[in-house]
Amino acid sequence: MNEPNFFESPGAGGSVGQPLDRVDGHDKVTGKARYSAEFPLPGLTYGVLRTSEIAKGKITSIDTTAATKEPGVIAVLTHLNLPKLAQTPNTPEGKKAIGAPMGFLPLTSDEIHYAGQPVALIVADTFERATHAASLVRVQYQAAQPIASFLDAKAEIFDPLKVQDGKTPGHTRRGDPQAALAASAVKLKATYNHAINHHNPMEPGATTAHWEAADRLTVYESTQGVTRTQTALSQMLGLPREQVRVVTKYIGGGFGCKGSCWPHTPLTVQAAKAVGRPVKLVLTRPQMFTSMGHREDQTQTLTLGATKEGKLTALIHEKTSTTSPWDNYAEPNSRIINLLYECPNFEAKYELARANVMTSTFTRAPGEAPGSFAIECLMDDLAYQLGIDPIQLRLLNYAEKDPSTGKPWSSKSLKQCYARGAELFGWSKRNPKNGLTRDGRHLVGLGMATASYPVHNSQGTARVRLYADGHAVVQSGATDLGTGTYTVMTQVAADSLGLPVDKIRFELGDTRLPTAPNSGGSVAAGTVSSSIYMAAQDVWQKLTKLAIQDKRSPLFRAKPEDVINEKGRLVLRKDKAKGEDFAVLMKRIELTDIEGTGNGKYGAGYESGMAASPADSGHKDDTAGHSMHSFGAHFCEVRVDPELGTVRVSRWVSVHAAGRILNAKTARSQIIGGSIFGIGNALMEATHRDDTFARYTNATLADYHIPVNADIPEMTVEFIEEHDPYINAMGVKGIGEISMVGVAAAVANAVFHATGKRVRDLPITPDKILSAGVAS
Amino acid sequence: MNNFAYQQVGKAKDATAILREDKQAAFIAGGTTLLDLMKTNIEQHSQLVDINLLPFKGIEQTSDGLRIGALERMSDVGENRLVLEQYPAISESLLLAASPQLRNMASIGGNLLQRTRCGYFRDVAFPCNKREPGSGCPAQKGDNRNLAILGVSDSCIANSNPGDLAVALVALDAVLTLENAKGKQRRVPLTNFYLLPGNTPHKETVLEPGELIVAVTVPTAAHARRSMYLKVRERTSYAYALASAAVGLDVQGGQIRSARVALGGVGAQPWRSLEAEKILTGAPATEATFRAAAAAALQGAQPREHNGYKVELAKNTLVRALFDLTAKV
Amino acid sequence: MTNDSFTDQPGAAPDDGSRRSFMKQAGGILGLALTPPFVSQAERLTALSRKVQGVSEMRLKVNGTVRVINAEPRVTLLDALREYLDLTGSKKGCDLGQCGACTVLVDGRRINSCLTLAVMNQGREITTIEGLAKGDDLHPMQAAFVKHDGFQCGYCTPGQILSGVACVNEGHATSDAQTREWMSGNLCRCGAYPNIVAAVREVQQKGGGKA
Repeated sequence: MNEPNFFESPGAGGSVGQPLDRVDGHDKVTGKARYSAEFPLPGLTYGVLRTSEIAKGKITSIDTTAATKEPGVIAVLTHLNLPKLAQTPNTPEGKKAIGAPMGFLPLTSDEIHYAGQPVALIVADTFERATHAASLVRVQYQAAQPIASFLDAKAEIFDPLKVQDGKTPGHTRRGDPQAALAASAVKLKATYNHAINHHNPMEPGATTAHWEAADRLTVYESTQGVTRTQTALSQMLGLPREQVRVVTKYIGGGFGCKGSCWPHTPLTVQAAKAVGRPVKLVLTRPQMFTSMGHREDQTQTLTLGATKEGKLTALIHEKTSTTSPWDNYAEPNSRIINLLYECPNFEAKYELARANVMTSTFTRAPGEAPGSFAIECLMDDLAYQLGIDPIQLRLLNYAEKDPSTGKPWSSKSLKQCYARGAELFGWSKRNPKNGLTRDGRHLVGLGMATASYPVHNSQGTARVRLYADGHAVVQSGATDLGTGTYTVMTQVAADSLGLPVDKIRFELGDTRLPTAPNSGGSVAAGTVSSSIYMAAQDVWQKLTKLAIQDKRSPLFRAKPEDVINEKGRLVLRKDKAKGEDFAVLMKRIELTDIEGTGNGKYGAGYESGMAASPADSGHKDDTAGHSMHSFGAHFCEVRVDPELGTVRVSRWVSVHAAGRILNAKTARSQIIGGSIFGIGNALMEATHRDDTFARYTNATLADYHIPVNADIPEMTVEFIEEHDPYINAMGVKGIGEISMVGVAAAVANAVFHATGKRVRDLPITPDKILSAGVAS
Repeated sequence: MNNFAYQQVGKAKDATAILREDKQAAFIAGGTTLLDLMKTNIEQHSQLVDINLLPFKGIEQTSDGLRIGALERMSDVGENRLVLEQYPAISESLLLAASPQLRNMASIGGNLLQRTRCGYFRDVAFPCNKREPGSGCPAQKGDNRNLAILGVSDSCIANSNPGDLAVALVALDAVLTLENAKGKQRRVPLTNFYLLPGNTPHKETVLEPGELIVAVTVPTAAHARRSMYLKVRERTSYAYALASAAVGLDVQGGQIRSARVALGGVGAQPWRSLEAEKILTGAPATEATFRAAAAAALQGAQPREHNGYKVELAKNTLVRALFDLTAKV
Repeated sequence: MTNDSFTDQPGAAPDDGSRRSFMKQAGGILGLALTPPFVSQAERLTALSRKVQGVSEMRLKVNGTVRVINAEPRVTLLDALREYLDLTGSKKGCDLGQCGACTVLVDGRRINSCLTLAVMNQGREITTIEGLAKGDDLHPMQAAFVKHDGFQCGYCTPGQILSGVACVNEGHATSDAQTREWMSGNLCRCGAYPNIVAAVREVQQKGGGKA
C-alpha cells in the first residue's frame, strides 16, 4: 500500500471537494466549446454512410453511377474500392490487437450481417450533396432470412463459457446452491425481461479525419478515450502509434457507446486517404442505433432461497441474451448479485444466441444496472412476503465482507447511506402495506434499492509543469464526457501544488498528452486525479532535491524525507517555520519551470503496487487484498394512474458513499444524471427490433423515448464521506455508473408499493400497468 | 434531401399554379412535417413553394364560428384568448403537442397534414403500402404497439395523422376551407377530409393536387365552450399520444344536452365517435353513462398482437376526460 | 447597417462554380433585389417570388450582422450556421426536430433550426448562442446555467439556454411545473433537468433578461 502518497485533504481554502463552477462552463454556455465535428479544416469534405436495408445476405451489385454523377460528389466508396487496411477485426487476433468492440468491419466484404450495416461511404463537397448522393447508390442484395433475437424460434441458444470478450466467466459457483435452495424455508423465483436500450448521447458519433502526410494522421473523434482510438487506428493502419493523433477536446456525452473505436471511424479515415482531403463524418440519429452498440435484449431469472427470518441461503442467476454473429458479449449481470448480500451459496450462468445484430456493448453500469434490477426487485418481494421492512431485510443480509471473494471491503458505508436516505426521504412514514396510498386519482408508492459498483483496475499518467511565476500547466490525455474532468482535475492540481485554481491550466483530450485511461467504468476521476497528484509529488521531490543542495536555501542539507510541502512552500516536517516558497527557490536558482510526471494507479493496481496494464483490465479487479466498491441507496416515490397506466416519479433521494468526492456540485449533477438515465431505463426506454426483418422500428428520438424535463422532479442527493486509503492516491471511487445502479429497481419497487402489482419487464410503460390489472 | 428549387409566392393563385404545372412540387409553410419527410427520403419534391406570405392568417370569431387562418402557428392559436376561453379542447390539443419550438414553427394547415409515425412507414427500408402501394404491411404482424385499432384494414394499421389538433377539430365539427388551382374555394368538414386506409392507404385526404388549406372554421357551441383534450403518453411531454380524447359536453341539470367525442392515437384517422355521442346525448352525466359511451366508441376495435391494451386505455381515457370535464364546472 | 454586410469565406460552400444558381444565370436578379443593407417585407415579397435553384447567394442576419453565404435551397438554417458560417454553437442532435439541440431564436421566437431552410430565413433576426452574451458579460441565463450546473457534456446547452431565454420571455416560467413542461422540447441525456429548472427559476425571479 502506498500510504505515504495518500492525498490528505488540504486545510481551509483547499479546493478539492468544493462546489466549484465548471472551468469549461464559460465555453459551453457561449458556444465556444468545439466538439469533434466542429474543426473547420481547409479543404474539408463531408462523408455520409449508406447502410444496408437488409439484415442478412450478400451484396450482389452496387451501382454508384447516379451517385457519382451528382454535383460535388468526390468519391463513392464500397467494399470494392475502399483502401485496404493493414489489419481488420475480422479475425480473433485482429480484434484483440485492435481492441475492437466488434469482430467485424463493414466494407471489407460483400457479406451483410445486420440491418444498418454500412455498405457505402459517399464523400462530397457539402453535407447536403453527400447525403443525397448516398440515397442514389443502388444496392442489390441476395437476402437471407435473418435471426432477430434470442427469442427467435430459429435462434440457437449456446453456452459461451465466457462472456464480455472473455472478461467474465460464463459459469460461477460458490457452495452448493441447489442443495441449499432445496433446504430453504422460503423460495422465490422470478424472470425479468429487458428491452434493448440505446445510449443516445446528444452528440452523435463523429469523426473528422485529416491525413497531414501520407503516413501521419490526425483524427478529431467523439470518443471516451483518445488512446484506445489511437491504438485501434494504428493497428488497423499499420502505423506507429505516434503517427496517429487523436483529439477530443469536448464530447457530447457517451455513456459507453463512445468507449470503443467503432467501424465508422476507420472507414472515415480510409475515405480521407482515398480522396486526399480531410473528411468529416457524423452519424445520423437513426444510424446511431446501428453504429455504436447498445444494451442487449435479455432475460434473467433469479431464484432465491431464504430462511423464514429472511436470511439468504442461496441465489441462482441465469441470463439469456442476444449477441452478434461474431462476439460473445453479454453484460455481466451476475457480478453484483454475487456480492450485494451475504449469501453462502451462489450460482450464475450465461447463455447466448447469435442473431443478425451488431455487437452490444457496455452501457452505463453494464451488468450492474440489469443485475441490480433482478436482485433488488426480488429482495423487495421477499420483504413483502415475510412482512419485513425492505431496508431491515437488507440490513439483515448486510455483507460485512465481499461474499464473492471473502475479502474485506476497502471501505463500505452502505448502512449510513440507508439511514441517511431513509431520513431524507421520510421512509418511516411509509405504509408498510402496498396498494393503499392514494392521492386523488393516483396511487402513490415508495420504493428503494441498493446500489453498488466496483472500483476497476486502471492506471494512467499525468504531467505537471510548474512555473516560477506561480502558475502551472497540467496535462493528461483523459476526456471529459461532461462528468467534470476539466474541473475536478484543476482542483486536484491546485491543491497538490498549493496554487489557486485560476493559476492552473488543465489540458486533456489529445494523444500527445500523457496517456490516461478511457473515461468509462467510473475510473477516470480516480485514476487521472491520482496521476496528477503523483506528478505534483514528483515536482516537489525534484524541488526538494534542489533546495537541500542549495546553500542559500533554509533547507540546505536537510534530509529529503524530512521536507514536506505545504501550500506551495517546502518546509521541514518538524519545524514548519523553516522553509521557503517554491517560487523563491526557483527564481533564485534561475529555473523558469520544472516538470514532474506521475503514474496513478486505481483499484488493485494501487494496492498491490503492480503496474496495472492494460488500463481497463477489469478481470484483474480481485488481485488485491481488499474488495473495492462504492455503495449507495436510491429512494423513489411514484404516482401511478391506474386507469391510464402512467407512472411518474414524484420524489427522489440518492445517498452514496464513493470515497472522496472531488467537487460537490459536479458530483451531485452526475448522480442526478445517472438517476435520470435509470428512470428512462425503468419507465420508457426500449428499442424495438422487428421479428421478421431484424431491423429497428423506432430508431429516432421521437420514438425512442428518453426522459424530458417534465418527467423529472426535484432531486435530493447526498454523499457519505469516506476516507479509503486502499483504492488510489486520491481515495476516489468514481460515481459515473453507481448513479444508475438500482434505479430501475427503486422505481419498480415503488410501483409495486403503489399498486400491489409487480412489473418485471422493463420499461414499465402504460400497456404493462394496464395488463397487470392495476385498475381492477 | 434532393436538390429542389425554392420560391416564395405572395398570392394563392401563383402557388397553386406552380403545383398545377409541376406535379412534384410541394407547398412549404412551417416545414416541420415536410422537411422531416424529405430528409428521411419518404418524399422527394422538385420544388418547394413557400406560402408563408399568403394571407391565410387570423384567429377570429365570425358568424360561422371560430375561424383560424391555415398559416397561423400552433403556439399562437394555442395561446389565443378566444380559443382558450371558447374552444379549450383546441387550445389544449395544441399546447400538449410537440414542443414549444415546433409549435412556434408549425402551421395549422401543415399540422393537419402530418403523417403517421408508424415505424414501417418512417423507414424506407421496410415495405409499406402507404409509401409504396402493394409492397405490404409488416406492421400487421410486427411492431404495432402504437398503431391504430379503429378503422384499420389489412393494408394498413397506421394512425395516419398522429397529431392532437385534428382530434379536437373533428370532435368540434371543424370545417376546412380549401382553395384549388382555379382559385375556387370549397368547404369540407374535417370528418370527411381524412380517408380511411381500405385498400388505398396512400390516399390520406381528399385534398386535390395543388389544393391549399385556407382556413379552419369551428362552429360556436355550448359543447365547444365546455370541452377538453386529454392525452396519454409514455413520457410526460414531447411525445405522441398512445391514446387521447377530445370531448365537449353541454350539461344542464345533470343531463347531457349535446356531446362531442373524438379519440386520438387509436384510429386510422382522428376518430370521431358518433356512437359515443349518441349514448351521451340525453343521458345523465354519470359514470355509467360515460362507461357505456366508451364501450360504444371502442366497439369496432380490431387490435393486433401488441396494441390490444389500447382498447382499455382508450376507454379509460375517454371516461376520464368526461369525468374531468363534468367536474370542471 | 450598411457596413455590417460582408461576404464570408466560402467555408463549406460547394466546390463547383459550374452549377451556380438559376438566379446568377438569370442575371443576378436576386442580388439586385437584395441590395444591402436589408430588405423590407414588401421587397422580399418581390425578390423572393423568383425561383431559386442550385447554389445561390443568401443573406442571413445572424446576431445583428448580415452574413452572406452561397448555398443551395436545401441547406437548413442549422447547417448554414454550422457548416457555412462556422457558428457551431448551435448543435445537431437529431436533425429531425426531435431533440431541441439546434434551438435558435428567429425574430425572438425559439425554433428548431434543423427543420427550416436557410433561404426561408433571410430578412429575419437570427440569434444564436454566440450572440447572447454582450461582450464578456454573459447573458443572465448563461450565468445561471454555469452557477446551477445546468449541463454536463454541454452539447444540448446552447439550445437549452436559448429555449430558457424564450421560456422566460414568453411568460412560461412562472412556476417550476410550468418551466418543466415548457423546457421539455430540449432533451438532455446527461440529465441536468433539475439544474436547468433552477437556472431558469433564478433568471425568472430576477426579472428575466431579454435576448
